[in-house]
Parts: sequence; C-alpha cells; structure tokens
Amino acid sequence: MSAANPFTHWLAHLAGVEQRTLQPDWLQLRCAATQLPELTTALVHDWQAEFATLLVEETGVDDVLAVHYLFYLPNDGQRIETRIEAHPGEELPAISDTVHAADWHEREAWDLYGLRFRGHPFLGDFVLHDDDWPEGVDPMRRRFDGHQRPDVHGSGADWQPPKILQEDGAIVFPIGPIWGDTNESGLWLLETPGEQIHYLHTRLFYKYRGVEKIAEGRPAGDALLLAERFAGASAFAHGWAYCQALESIAQLRVPPRAQRLRVLFAELERMRHHAANIAEIAGSTALSVGKAMAQDIVESLLRLSARLCGHRYFFGILQPGGLRQDLDEHRVQLLLDTLPAVEQRLRDLEDRLERSSSFLDRIEEMGTLSPELAQTYGVVGPIARASGRPLDLRRHLPYGAYTHLQPEIPVEQEGDGYARLRIFFAETRISGEMVREVAERLPSGPIAEPWQPQEGHALAWVEAPSGATFHWLRCDTDGRVSRLRLGTPGFRNWHAFERAVEGAAFQDFPIILATWGLSIAENDR
Amino acid sequence: MSFWPYYGLKQGIQTTPWPDGEDLSPGLSPGRPLSAPVTAPEATAALCPVGALQARAEGVHVAFDRCIHCQRCRQGEHALPWQEDFAWTVAAANNQGPLGGRFYESLNVLYVDAGACGACVNEVRLIDAPAYNLHRLGIFVTATPRDADVLLVAGPITDAMRTAIRKAYAAMPEPKRVVGMGVCAVNGGIFGESFACAGGLEKIVPVDWWIPGCPPPPLAILQGLLRVVGRAVPQMTEEGTP
Repeated sequence: MSAANPFTHWLAHLAGVEQRTLQPDWLQLRCAATQLPELTTALVHDWQAEFATLLVEETGVDDVLAVHYLFYLPNDGQRIETRIEAHPGEELPAISDTVHAADWHEREAWDLYGLRFRGHPFLGDFVLHDDDWPEGVDPMRRRFDGHQRPDVHGSGADWQPPKILQEDGAIVFPIGPIWGDTNESGLWLLETPGEQIHYLHTRLFYKYRGVEKIAEGRPAGDALLLAERFAGASAFAHGWAYCQALESIAQLRVPPRAQRLRVLFAELERMRHHAANIAEIAGSTALSVGKAMAQDIVESLLRLSARLCGHRYFFGILQPGGLRQDLDEHRVQLLLDTLPAVEQRLRDLEDRLERSSSFLDRIEEMGTLSPELAQTYGVVGPIARASGRPLDLRRHLPYGAYTHLQPEIPVEQEGDGYARLRIFFAETRISGEMVREVAERLPSGPIAEPWQPQEGHALAWVEAPSGATFHWLRCDTDGRVSRLRLGTPGFRNWHAFERAVEGAAFQDFPIILATWGLSIAENDR
Repeated sequence: MSFWPYYGLKQGIQTTPWPDGEDLSPGLSPGRPLSAPVTAPEATAALCPVGALQARAEGVHVAFDRCIHCQRCRQGEHALPWQEDFAWTVAAANNQGPLGGRFYESLNVLYVDAGACGACVNEVRLIDAPAYNLHRLGIFVTATPRDADVLLVAGPITDAMRTAIRKAYAAMPEPKRVVGMGVCAVNGGIFGESFACAGGLEKIVPVDWWIPGCPPPPLAILQGLLRVVGRAVPQMTEEGTP
C-alpha cells in the first residue's frame, strides 16, 4: 500500500492503537476494549471492511482470553485483525450494534467461553440450549474436558419459546426439531395471528457436535477428517480450507497440478451443491417432475465424483500438501465426456422452470432479503450475490489456482427466491465451464508435496458452495491441533434468514427455507 | 406454459433394476475395504485413522462398522482390496427380527437427523429420486412418528436431539424397528463420544439394524429397509462374498 492511501493515512492517525504487520497483507491492531466499537465501526462503515469471523483463544496466562475480530478489505485483499485481551470477569463492549454480522459470534462466545458482551440483548440459549446445559460451564475453555460426558445434562433452566406477538388469537407455531420428510434438525418458531408470519425465531444447534472442541488434541493430519465431515454437503471446500491452513503453517507450496485439480473438484462440488438446492426448491413447490430432474443431475454428479476420486462426496481425496490421488488421462476423459450432458440437463431444467409461471409465482418476491439488510447482516455466498453483494473470496482474496482462474461472479439485485434460483443456476453454469477449462489444460507434475506437521498458526479461507468460509488453526509443538476455529457461511447466513420470513404467508415458509438452501450441519458444527 | 408430465414421461424409466437384478453402474457406492491376507498386517492396520483395521496373524480384519471411507488403505504398498458393493446392513445385538409380511407393501419410515453432516441426509433424500424410487418397494417416508414403523436415525446423536429421539420412539406404534444409518449412528464415527454427543444410537433407544458407511449410499439404505421388512435381498458378508 502506498503512503498516499487514505486508509493508511487513517491508520497512521489512530491514537492508542498498536499496529503490527504480521504478514505483508495482514495487519494486527491491538487496542483497549473500550476503543473496540469505534474502531470496528469505522472499519466496516468507513472502509467497507468485511467481517470474517470472531476468534477467541486462551492465552495461557492468568485465565486471559485473546479475542480477535477478523476483517478483510475486498478491494485490495488486506486482512485486518483487531485483537484485545479479556481478563477474567471483564465485560467486553458488544460491537454487534454497528457490526451486525458479529451478533451471533458474540452469542456464541458467551455460550462457549463465558465471555460477556455489554449491551448485547440476546445472550444465552444459543449454542448450548438452556434446558440442557447449566449456566457457568463453558465447554470451549481449556479446563473443560471435551472427552468426558459431564454429568450436567438436563440440569439447566426451563426454556419457554419466546412470544412477542400479543394480539388476540396469535400463536407460536413450532416447526421442528424433527420435521417434514427428510430434513436437517432445527427449530423454527413462527409467530402468527393466523395467516401472516410476523416474527420468526430460529433455534439451531440441535446438531452441535462441538467440532472445534473435539478437534483439539487430535493430530493435525487426522483433524482433516473432521474438517471434511462436519458439513458433508461442502466437504471438499472445508477440507481444502483446512489443508490450506496446514500448508500455510508449514510454508508449503502445493504443486500446480494439485492446485488445478483442487479447483476442479471444488467447482464440481459447487455444481452438485447447487443442483441439490434446486431439487429442494422444486420439491418445496410440489413440482415433482422438476425435483426428479434435478435429483437426477445430483445423482449423476455424485456418481461422477465417485468414479473420479473414489467417493461420492469427495471424502479422503485431499491431503495436506496436495491430493491423495491423481486424475489419470482416462478419468479426465471420462469427466470431459460426462459433464456436457449434465450441463445440458441443467440448462433444460432452468429453461423449463423459467417457463412455468405457476412455479415462478411461488418464488418471486418470496423470502426477500433486501440489499440493505444483506449488507447489514454481512451475508455471504449465493445469498449475498442474490441480494446485490458481489462478494466472492475467489476474486477478493484469491487462493490456490484462483489467483490465475478468475470466475465470473453473477449478481442479482432483487434478493428474492427467484433471484437465488437464478444465482444457483448461473453458478452451476460458470462452475461447469471452469471444470472443463481446468480439465482440458491440466499441467503435468506431482500432485503432492511431502508435509510434516509443524507448530504455528494460520488463517485460511475458501469460497465454499454456500459462501465464504474461514478456518483458523493453531498447532502445538507435537503437531496436534490446539485451536481450530470454523467460521462458516451457514453461521453467517442463518442469522439473516429470519428477516426474510417476516411478513410471508404461513404456507410459504418451506419454500423460503428451500430457496435459501442453508446447511444446518455447517452452522451448528 | 410448461408440460411437466410430458417432460417426465420423455425421460423414460430411470430406475435401477436392483434388487430383482444386479446394478453394476459405477459410482453407486464409495465401496469398502475387505479383510484380506497381507504381507505386513501391522503396517496396513496403521493406515487407518479410526481403528477399523485390525492386524491378525492371518492378515487384516476390517471392522466395517468403523470405516469412514477415508481411502487411506486404498492405495500404496500396504493397500487392501476394495469392493464397490453396498449391501452391507448388519443386525444389531438386540435385533427383534424382521417385521414380516404385513409390511411388505407398506413400510413407513421416520427419518431423524441427530447431527448428521449433510451427506447422510442427501443420500436419504435420493432414495426418493427416480434412480432409486423407494415407492416401488412399498417404502414410504413419513413426517410423523404416529405413522412410522421404522425410526431411521443418522448422526452421532447430539445431546440436544436425545429428548426428541426418545419422544419420537415412544410415539411410534408397535411393532416398530430402529435403524441406525451411517458410522456416526453406530459409534459416533469421527466425532466419537464427547461432551456434545452420545456417540451411538444404542445409548438412547434399542436398535435393530445398522447400516454402516460414511455415508451409506442410497442402495445401502434401501437394502437395510428391505431387511427390516424381511424381504429377500442380496447381502454381502463381512469378507465381501455374497
């Protein structure tokens, strides 16, 4: 950055903020907790910084917690880490008032670390349900043993569904945690006077597996299995992010062929992920032939994945330093022979859906997230791009072979179900083109560099099918994980979901849910 | 205007011939390692990060109910043979036997997600796809435990779902069967037993059948459900022979 840069100029005149350049593009700002709201507000509102994730870590000294607020500047790829220290019993000022994207992160830090945020209106009953977990036991703290089954379950306070709407005849209609035919578990409380949904309360974390906790102490190479398997619908993306963190710690350069193949698998996964969402959207409007056609595409892509790398969901293909197995000529040809027909079926399906007015009626102006709200909540991925936010880490923080391969980023402005459907289709098209482009020009060479676990820490990121994902990893001297932070797109986008449901008709809830296409496993971790 | 019924008919029949005939299409399943005599059993067993491979004097024994298809024993010097089958349901210790004739044409399944990663739920959704079509086998998915004959549970059994699973099980009419699908449901899988997970369905409700796999592909799930009824279906043994 040049000295004339107004951002650098602003930084130079910040009083009371200690600045360190951790890496060429990574700036650390240390300040007193009282300065935090002003600083983070300026970053987000004056400098258009995007909030990446909140990382809490024990410093190992006197029970002090290090709290890192991670941001990036989409224009020039600068990463900014605002770091403060929280002493036992200290309350931190909440930043979610102005940096709304951090709201759920603060709730999570209260539940898991016992870190209290002054001014946050909704602390409690979030990751740990109040009816299941007692106050004052903070499972992410080192002193808590994650391997043991603590004898505390069921001893928490009674929990009652919240009820805001007080008019006559108003009800709270619960959906979940077991609901519908084949769905992920979660609870949605719809407040309605009869027809229109006035408020929605989303209660997730029925699937909380404590992945960040149970990763601690595992050998860094084996924790990759967890990174792949906590959100199976985007296993490759999360596995890739995790591997990048390990490679960054070991300062390992992944061979070009492996870099290209990773792009190929990631884009195939994106196609399958979006096709599965399209199947659910068609299914939610009872369009069974449309659903069946989309499912057929999903199944074709799953079988193709299994033939390319041995597993339908890309489990076990990644390894730190590269890939576990190569794609020989025969399988590259299989891919190039199979893919065009799948892409054609996607185009046909899109064309037919576009011409079904009864279908479009049900998703147009449905579950709308306005560009203003999308900005406020800092949503990511296809949800952001359907609401006028052209954000994509493949472009804004290029990683791997995306430094050379720049995908087209489709953007829509309406933010409704139809806009999201168009984004899903557009991205399958772009991904298909990228897969073929990569497959046709694969460089030769090795597919992995030998990797050894090393002590250190790193932040890595990937644009998963559902959006920006950030993995922050620290390994200790034995090559074991001592902290793994999974900042997932699901966690970001579920926060905004309830705003899209307010005012919708009761029967449209499943359709809105399908057009958002969010993974609960990815949120709950 | 769109003519969906016509588009549907134009696709023709996409459904697998299984279980009446064999389906040898590639990519149906991730496949699995088979117990085999190997030169260095200890070295092969050491490849497995989840303890599914046990070194014995005669070779390596695969405890398939632990395997997560990580593929580490698939290639290289100490590799095991892999077989791309899917018919691998096993009876649990407290199996009550098949449901029998009355359920041959009408078996209602309640699917419950207890922390599954999303791959299991995707495979369960696909048993309804044209390629697999569960309805031709007299199997139906229901949303309510009152209609359910089978409780099909995936995931490592998170603590927040325990009450829901117990209530669903209690609300099901007799006779009923419980099936755990995916290695996570069998023993917690990669998540194991922890402060957040029971690490196995058997700790919450009695289980009749296991469908291991990570995830079990659609035909493995259908095979498991047909075994719940008691219909004759192909079944592989632990050693990988029919």
